[in-house]
Amino acid sequence: MDKNTEPASGAKDSDVVLRVEHLTKHYPIKSGLVGRSKRYVHALEDVSFELHRGETFAIVGESGCGKSTTGKCVLRLTEPTSGKVYLDGEDFTSLKGADLTRARQKMKLIFQDPYSSLNPRMTVADIIAEPIDIAHTYKTRAERDARVEEIMQAVGLDLVFKYRYPHEFSGGQRQRIGIARAIVLEPEIVICDEPVSALDVSVQAKVINLLEELQEKLGLSYVFISHDLSVVKHISDRVMVMYLGHEMELAETDELYDQPLHPYTQALLDVIPRIGHERIQDKKILQGDVPSPTNPPSGCCFHTRCSKCMRVCTEKVPELREVKPGHLCACHLFDEALSEAERELMPMGVAQGAGAANSAASRQESGA
Amino acid sequence: MALLSSDKGDKKVQQAERVAEDAAKAQEAEQARTGKKRASSYWAVSWNIFKKDKVGMTCLVIVGLLVLVALLAPVLAPFDPDAQELSNMLQAPNATHPFGTDEFGRDILSRVIFGCRISLSVGVISQLIALVIGFLAGVFAGYFGGKVDAVISFIIQVFSSFPFLLFAIVVMFVLGPGLINLYVALGLLMWTSTARLVRGDVMRLKGSEYIQSCILSGGSSWRIIMKHLLPNCVSTLIVVSTLGIPNAILSEASLSFLGLGVQPPMASWGQMISASQPYIQSNTYYSVIPGIAIIITVMAFNMLGDSLRDALDPKMRA
Repeated sequence: MDKNTEPASGAKDSDVVLRVEHLTKHYPIKSGLVGRSKRYVHALEDVSFELHRGETFAIVGESGCGKSTTGKCVLRLTEPTSGKVYLDGEDFTSLKGADLTRARQKMKLIFQDPYSSLNPRMTVADIIAEPIDIAHTYKTRAERDARVEEIMQAVGLDLVFKYRYPHEFSGGQRQRIGIARAIVLEPEIVICDEPVSALDVSVQAKVINLLEELQEKLGLSYVFISHDLSVVKHISDRVMVMYLGHEMELAETDELYDQPLHPYTQALLDVIPRIGHERIQDKKILQGDVPSPTNPPSGCCFHTRCSKCMRVCTEKVPELREVKPGHLCACHLFDEALSEAERELMPMGVAQGAGAANSAASRQESGA
Repeated sequence: MALLSSDKGDKKVQQAERVAEDAAKAQEAEQARTGKKRASSYWAVSWNIFKKDKVGMTCLVIVGLLVLVALLAPVLAPFDPDAQELSNMLQAPNATHPFGTDEFGRDILSRVIFGCRISLSVGVISQLIALVIGFLAGVFAGYFGGKVDAVISFIIQVFSSFPFLLFAIVVMFVLGPGLINLYVALGLLMWTSTARLVRGDVMRLKGSEYIQSCILSGGSSWRIIMKHLLPNCVSTLIVVSTLGIPNAILSEASLSFLGLGVQPPMASWGQMISASQPYIQSNTYYSVIPGIAIIITVMAFNMLGDSLRDALDPKMRA
């Protein structure tokens, strides 16, 4: 699979800054007073991708599909159950203590909620300076101030705000403070966990532009986690689609948006609102809910909602295979080795759009 | 400027610098005008809210006066509180002794003034001890969670399930009576409510993203506790201690009344009430006056605590 994730986005991007291999996260569910149950939430299943220097790599999917968990596991804010993360070729997952702290300085996170991501009792200057305070990158107070002011200018914050407190700012300004804090140590990678989804559309555009501007100036690589397909289309170079903790499809942005291969991706792209498009009622809207990650469906995790579900989909987990150069897809539709019997279409309730039948099927399948 | 120097010629950058210069000027002007660096800090806003609270301000003034009385006791007291004048025992209030004298002929006014010292010091010091123990226990339980939390929570449960006065009596009995032991005993008894509230606060704050960000930057637990958790717990701590001080004062009075607190001849309000018991019918003022002193002090602190809670709670703000 590692071989498959090779870049197709040109020679200049061949420099891999972050490599994620088979990342898996299971959260144990504790229940009852005595003993420990063996049930797990399968938050992340075997996710692999590479991030190239200067690239924006987007992770998209519905709520609860493991996008944010991916970000947190990569940063080791939660320890992954298994899998490896290589940062500049160094095994990040096995680092401890001072080595971990040092390596983490190359990787920063921008949070989704600009309201809870800033300490209400710290001034803007102190918030922005926190990473350099911890890393001791300055010798004098004046150096610290100079760095803070430089970064504030870089993210478009007025220097007047230096000694203000977060509650005096709007969402967009707060997000700028969060961005300033993330880039003050000049990291290589910034993981943006839904950085604009809490903002107004007009402010979203400004923040996105700022992120692009900073990427150009500082040579940052972004992992851009979002559920907003329009934003992703605008900002990202490559996109990974996730569903229920699984990697479904990975391709360059234009390729993915023009020719989505996976039925799930097709369904997602079909519901992006467009001017002059057919009425929403005519679109193929996914029926039913995302199955519980505690009890994921057998075979392909998407088969309970897939309109092209075949017999094999209920039995075997599809492998992620390179269908076209640089275009990876985890779907049995593209497995030519399948027999006729395996290709037999399953009469899923979903195909007729009956939510009840779907959930019944899902229950039946997950029980199996 | 290193960050921007690469494309100095860029119009945008020049514009940004111009904006920054203007901003710096504006900042200077604002500083000159307001005369302080921080425009409207959390505390300034809280103070503005508190200032409008008449009850709170009255209580603050009363507490301030009590502190003054305690500090200036030797100056204010007309007599030596311990000087006995057996020829003048149990006098009713008169010109020389505005509150009368006790069974040893000591001036009650002077004793009440000196008693204020004991009461306030017991309130403040025991509450400080409780605050330190409670904060540390609460932070450890809330921040580290798991087994640490289970053990600390269990200790909190055990401590708070004892009947307060009974436990105080046992502790005082073990430590022996005396002022310092009284501070320690009350401190040891009162930390549980602080610990509980801090634990709750910390558990809520622990998951917040600014703490995750600090962890990602490599911040130590010490840094997280001192820079992020403590400042965000301060309002809780202030409220808990202003509400805890009257409790400590009352407990001191109860223990002294029972003979386990402050020892004679040292003057304490509780101890005075205790001593006045045999004369409650003949010389009512003897027990009523220290009683009134306790009531005023406790009420002032309690109501101050309530007002502070309102002023410090961000949710109370429009």
